[in-house]
Amino acid sequence: MNAWLTAMSAIIWREALRFVTQRERFIAALVRPLVWLVVFAAGFRAALGLSIIPPYQTYITYEVYIVPGLCGMVQLFNGMQSSLSLVYDREMGSMRLLLTSPLPRWWLLFSKLVAGATISILQVYSFLGIAALTGILLPWEGYLLVLPALILSGLMLGALGLFLSSTIDRLENFAGIMNFVIFPMFFLSTALYPLWKMGESSPLLRDICAVNPFTQAVEVIRFALYGQVNFEALGWTVLAFAIFFAGAVRGYDPSRGFIRGKAGAGGG
Amino acid sequence: MSGLAVSNLSYSYGAKQALGDVSFEVARGDFCALLGPNGAGKTTLFALLTRLFLPRAGHIEIAGMDLAKEPRKALGRMGVIFQQPTLDLDLTVRRNLSYYAALHGISGRDAARRIDAALDRLDMRERAWEKARNLNGGHRRRMEIARALIHRPAVLLLDEPTVGLDVATRMSITAYVHKLCRDEGITALWATHLVDEIMPEDALIVLHRGDIVAKGRVSDVVAEKTLGERFAALTGSGAETAQ
Repeated sequence: MNAWLTAMSAIIWREALRFVTQRERFIAALVRPLVWLVVFAAGFRAALGLSIIPPYQTYITYEVYIVPGLCGMVQLFNGMQSSLSLVYDREMGSMRLLLTSPLPRWWLLFSKLVAGATISILQVYSFLGIAALTGILLPWEGYLLVLPALILSGLMLGALGLFLSSTIDRLENFAGIMNFVIFPMFFLSTALYPLWKMGESSPLLRDICAVNPFTQAVEVIRFALYGQVNFEALGWTVLAFAIFFAGAVRGYDPSRGFIRGKAGAGGG
Repeated sequence: MSGLAVSNLSYSYGAKQALGDVSFEVARGDFCALLGPNGAGKTTLFALLTRLFLPRAGHIEIAGMDLAKEPRKALGRMGVIFQQPTLDLDLTVRRNLSYYAALHGISGRDAARRIDAALDRLDMRERAWEKARNLNGGHRRRMEIARALIHRPAVLLLDEPTVGLDVATRMSITAYVHKLCRDEGITALWATHLVDEIMPEDALIVLHRGDIVAKGRVSDVVAEKTLGERFAALTGSGAETAQ
């Protein structure tokens, strides 16, 4: 096998094996969206009326509406968790091991992203499976057609995490990312409410939601689940991926010394 | 051809100079000890040698490959043992080795053969399917060394590889790497602040506050004093021996 693919598949395997050995992480990844689905959606069903908007062709319940957003949430958390483990890896040295491989650095980082996206897709399908058991069924072909959408959104959200990890120099600073990135991204998106509903309360909020890359990713997933392509959302998601990935490659560029502060603080 | 050549290398963190105009050469098959107290610039030098940082000025050559011009070829000729442990403790010994082999583009039967050889080196074939977590500190370090040899590098960089190990293990690992240099012609750069890991025939570089204050054969640098006394005189610090 080609050296590049050998390295990529090894990176994916390592990530997958590490994920399987961390059972708590898997359970947490499943429970989180299910709590939203069962508790939050049940409470909001009565409060929110949804009109028929694309891609839906009929009235849907609120639970059905938030499924794509929760798929996105699974990937968003996974992306942040991978980047958290990257910051940890960097402190522990395994990131150095990776970066001293004789392959181009961007390829190593891209392999990391593919590995993270693979894990997130496993999580999403597990979530969709349990949702189906609770009676929330989507068109059968949607389960297949959503796969390319999930690959793209997984890569984009992973790239965001990778980019953020390159800007953080210590593990403790990660809590800030949770507060200032994950929560605003999730709440200011179409994951929980459609754009027009946001617009009823505040046009400004609606505009923020519309430019949020997470919104675009959720819409790509939502349309794919119903066998449609939202080209606008697709384009923005690809663009966001390109920007975040370029930022990450730049962040891990050796000439910029991505662990500049750390080596000085190190043993000598 | 030299194993490792560094010329006019300097690096600073903002205004703070970590390395100032460092030049040295390590001959092929030599064990070169890089001795320096904490904060001497050893870790910075290693970060530059492994291309985690790029130098602002200076030139690094690994087994004849220019690290700046041909980074991938140079990295491919280099094995690194980092100060921090880099094993995946929850994965098996074998999986750790195959991950490393794959990062160097080695797969399939070739990888299996090299991994078996590495396990034999360690005398650990029967423990291949155990989790790395079950190994003691000394075995983990030995495993990292065997792993770093899987792609048959010409140069081995070891950044304080014996930190946290007991005296007997330290000595046996030190002896093992000396043997690698002697028998297999590997060039080793071994950073340490412990003088008892260094043998009289080794090459020696003493680094202090980012500058080389002495270099040459240990026996020449030391003259009639002990290495500990000489090191203390050069760096103005108390030399450390076995802890």
